[in-house]
Order: sequence, then C-alpha cells, then structure tokens
Amino acid sequence: MIIKTHKSIPSSEITDPAVFKQRRQLIKAMLALGITGSGVYSGFADAKEAPLTATSADIVKNHTNYYEFTYNKTDATALAQALPIDPWSVEITGEVEQPGVYHLEDLLSQQTLKEYIYRFRCVEAWSMVVPWVGFPLASLLKKVKPLSSAQFVQFTTLFDPKSMPNQADNRMLDWPYVEGLRMDEAMHPLTILATGMYGDSLPKQNGAPLRLVVPWKYGFKSIKAIVKIELLKRAPLSTWSKSAPNDYGFYANVNPDVPHPRWSQSSERVLGAGFFTPRRKTELFNGYADEVAGLYSNMDLRHFF
Amino acid sequence: MLQRFLKPYPLCFSLCLLPLLGIVIDMMFDNLGADPIQALHIRLGDWSLRLLWLTLFITPLQKITQWRGMAQYRKLLGLYTFFYASLHVIVYLWLDQGLAWGTITTDIIESSYIWFGLIAFLIILALAVTTPKAMVKLLGKNWKKLHRYIYIASGAVIIHYYWQLKGNMAEPLFYLIILSLLLLFRLAVWFKNRQFTKMMIPTTRKIRVVKADSATAEAGRPEGIVIEEIDTDIET
Repeated sequence: MIIKTHKSIPSSEITDPAVFKQRRQLIKAMLALGITGSGVYSGFADAKEAPLTATSADIVKNHTNYYEFTYNKTDATALAQALPIDPWSVEITGEVEQPGVYHLEDLLSQQTLKEYIYRFRCVEAWSMVVPWVGFPLASLLKKVKPLSSAQFVQFTTLFDPKSMPNQADNRMLDWPYVEGLRMDEAMHPLTILATGMYGDSLPKQNGAPLRLVVPWKYGFKSIKAIVKIELLKRAPLSTWSKSAPNDYGFYANVNPDVPHPRWSQSSERVLGAGFFTPRRKTELFNGYADEVAGLYSNMDLRHFF
Repeated sequence: MLQRFLKPYPLCFSLCLLPLLGIVIDMMFDNLGADPIQALHIRLGDWSLRLLWLTLFITPLQKITQWRGMAQYRKLLGLYTFFYASLHVIVYLWLDQGLAWGTITTDIIESSYIWFGLIAFLIILALAVTTPKAMVKLLGKNWKKLHRYIYIASGAVIIHYYWQLKGNMAEPLFYLIILSLLLLFRLAVWFKNRQFTKMMIPTTRKIRVVKADSATAEAGRPEGIVIEEIDTDIET
C-alpha cells in the first residue's frame, strides 16, 4: 500500500521490499493514531444512531463475492492471492482534460487517506460494516479535470485470465467486470476509492489494490481491482445489467421497497451478529438517505432500480 | 450390539443421521463460516434435496434389482426428507427470521423462490402425515394418487434451488439431470406397461358403455359412446 508522504514519491524510485514493509508499519501506526488527526469519517447518517461497530476483520476478509476467481465466498481468499497487484496502473480516459495511464503510486501521492466506516449491503441480503481506508473519488476525478460533456463514469476490473480462472474459462459473466456511476454519484463525497481496510492495506480478495466503495448501493456496484476509469457522455452498461437486465439495474440503490425479482430486500442478515440476533430492517439508501436522496428526487425508484 | 447396527435397515437409519451430526459439530466448533445461519439453512436444504432424490431412487432400484422389501427404505428416506426439510424450515422461521411473522410474510410474498420451497414442503408434509398404516387404509386408492405429488415436490425443489442463485447453475443442473433420469425411468416403465396393457385388453381392462347420446356424437366421437376405463391397477 502506498501512502501520502510529505514529498511525493517519483514512480521511478524502486522500493526496496524491506522499506516497503517499514512503510506498511508506518501506515499502521498512522492509522492507529487516528490518521494524523484528520479524524474518522463514518458518514453523517449514523449521528442519530449509535456509532457503527465494524464487523470483525476475519469475516470481511473471508466472505467475498469475487466471481473472477470462484463462486465460493470463502475460497476467494486463497485464490485471489494469485493476483499480481504490484506494479499497478490505472488508465483514466474519455471526457477528461488529462487522460493517461497513471501509476497507482502517483495517483495516491496526491491524495489524503482517511478511514471511512460504512455499512456494506450485498444484494444477497447480508450486510457488514467495514472500516475502509481511502479517499473520495471526486478528489481523483478533479485532478484529471472532467469535461462538461462527462455525464457518467465507467470502471473496469483487471482482465488477467492467468490468475483469474473464471475469466480464463469465460464463465458466467462477460469479463472483464464493468461498473458505472452517474457523474453526480461519482462526485458525491460518500463515494470513495479504497486502498485499505482495518488500518491496513486492502487484502487481494477484498479488491486490492484499488476498489470503489459506494455505500448506498448494493455491493456489486463497488467494483474491485480497478484498472480503467472512463468518463463517458452516455450511461455505460454494467456487467450485471448486461447479464440479467431484469434482475440488476444501473442504479442498484439499496431499497427495502424494491425487491429483487426473486427475493425480498426488506431485511438483511448482519454478519457476525450471532445466532439469535434478528435480521436488520434494510434502510432506504442503506441508511445514507439524508446525504444521497437528493440525487434521485425526481426519479421513480421502482423503474430506475 | 454392533452386529445389530450392521444390518441394512438400522445402518441406513443411522447413516441418515450423519449429516445432522456433521452440522451440529460444525455449529459447536463455530465452523459454519461468516454467515452461519445461512450455512446451516443451506446445508439442511441440501440434505433434504439429496434425501428426496434418494427416496425417488428406491423404486427404480427395486425394479432393476428385483430386491424385495425396498418399500421400508423408501418410507425411511421419505420420512428423513421430511425431517431435514422441517429443520430447514424451522431454521428459516426461527433463526433467520426470529419468528417475526410480519417480516416473514413480506419475505415470502416478495421472494418467488420461497414459493416453490413452500409448495414442496407442504407436499412433503402431506406425504409424511399420511405415512402411518392407518392413513394408508383410510385413504385407500387415493393414497397412491396423493403420493404421486412427490414428483411435483421434486420439481418445485429444483426451481427453489435454482431461483435463489445469481447464475452459478452447476449444482442445480447436476441435481436436475439426476432427477430427470429418475423420472425418465418411471416414464419408460409406464410406457412399457401401457403397451403391455394394450395387448392384454380383455384381461386387464374392462370397458363399459356408459351411454350413447347425441351430445357426445356432436363432440366428435363417431360412435357416439363414452368409454370409461376402470382402473384395475392392483398393488403387488
């Protein structure tokens, strides 16, 4: 994981593994100290409730849907370790003033990492609370200067059949995985790009080295291992919408009143809550309605699901 | 003592309890993963499905091998299917939904995959309730008709399984293929018997002329008679 230091690190500088490890220690220490005094950003929605308690890291690290590797949530942990994530670059293209292929280090050196404690609600009706480490997507997009013609943002996951068995076998979905946001959703302060969680670097199975987190949308919107960010004039077709348009819409906002065609979304199982804890009632926009409802004020959410 | 358990029936009886034992052990050692309630629920569901398939396997097995006394195994496996399916339903109602009937109602109404599970469970419940000998006597001929609903239950189970997945079809497809083979076997036997019956019309089939009237003639029967078949299917 790369952190913002006082001086920016030139990408030409090859990091000695020992130094890299040291740096990791430093990040841990920094995060332990509350990220250099900048405080923990946990979303305003929870001010009225008790502060969110993070799900145990062990659960979050071993319960992932990473279909490029497997359909099994537990097996993804071991399989994803084959993913080559260093070096990593991200292509930013489309309706921007400064398109280009950027080294991840260079992108991150311009950002301030903070902790964001968010609810994470899967379309399969389970949820957890994850303390992500990252920065607002808006802050990255502003650096490359979107043109006024940019209306949507499309994200693409790495295509690497050598390490991702289901990509190699062309199984289930059209690879690589693609997701998209409307420009105002992408620029929203709650939308972040995460590079870490639990005060440490992001585990590979959780989307290392760079993933999207959109806390008011179902988890599948929060695309992992991003290699390409494209600003578009028109709405992109996301992978799940393409595969099953009646089941998964472009917006995929968490909404207890709009069931999936085959199952209810009215409640969710909170992972790590124990055997006799009742399900949690799912909240509109996953509890972030105060912040994001304005984005959809004139829309029929049943139609734009 | 051991000798007693090594006899086929007690052995089969005990083997059917092993999945439950495995699940209980995993529960005790917290081995059910990040979503233990769902894991418990799915494992119980999987075993009710497998036992239902095994129940359906007994008749073909008997026909092929000519082994006698298989009916008791069919009954045993059928009742175990009901046992695991009941645990599956109890886990859903009690552990997963906390017996909150309002939420349960919403969940069932909005989740079409549950409808098929519910249909299957109600059928299996009816079959289990009518298992005792007294019920067999009471229902008479209808008993067999009722118990043919197991085919509808097995179809509903497959839909229930497939419908809740996001697209990984390998497992439901595997079970669907086995079910198709089991049902095809029955279809083949039925067809064969039918051919056989045709040849033997005088002895196995009674034909009774009910009435001859103009209404049936209009309906397109050239002779204007209604032929009613009398079912002479006698259990052997």
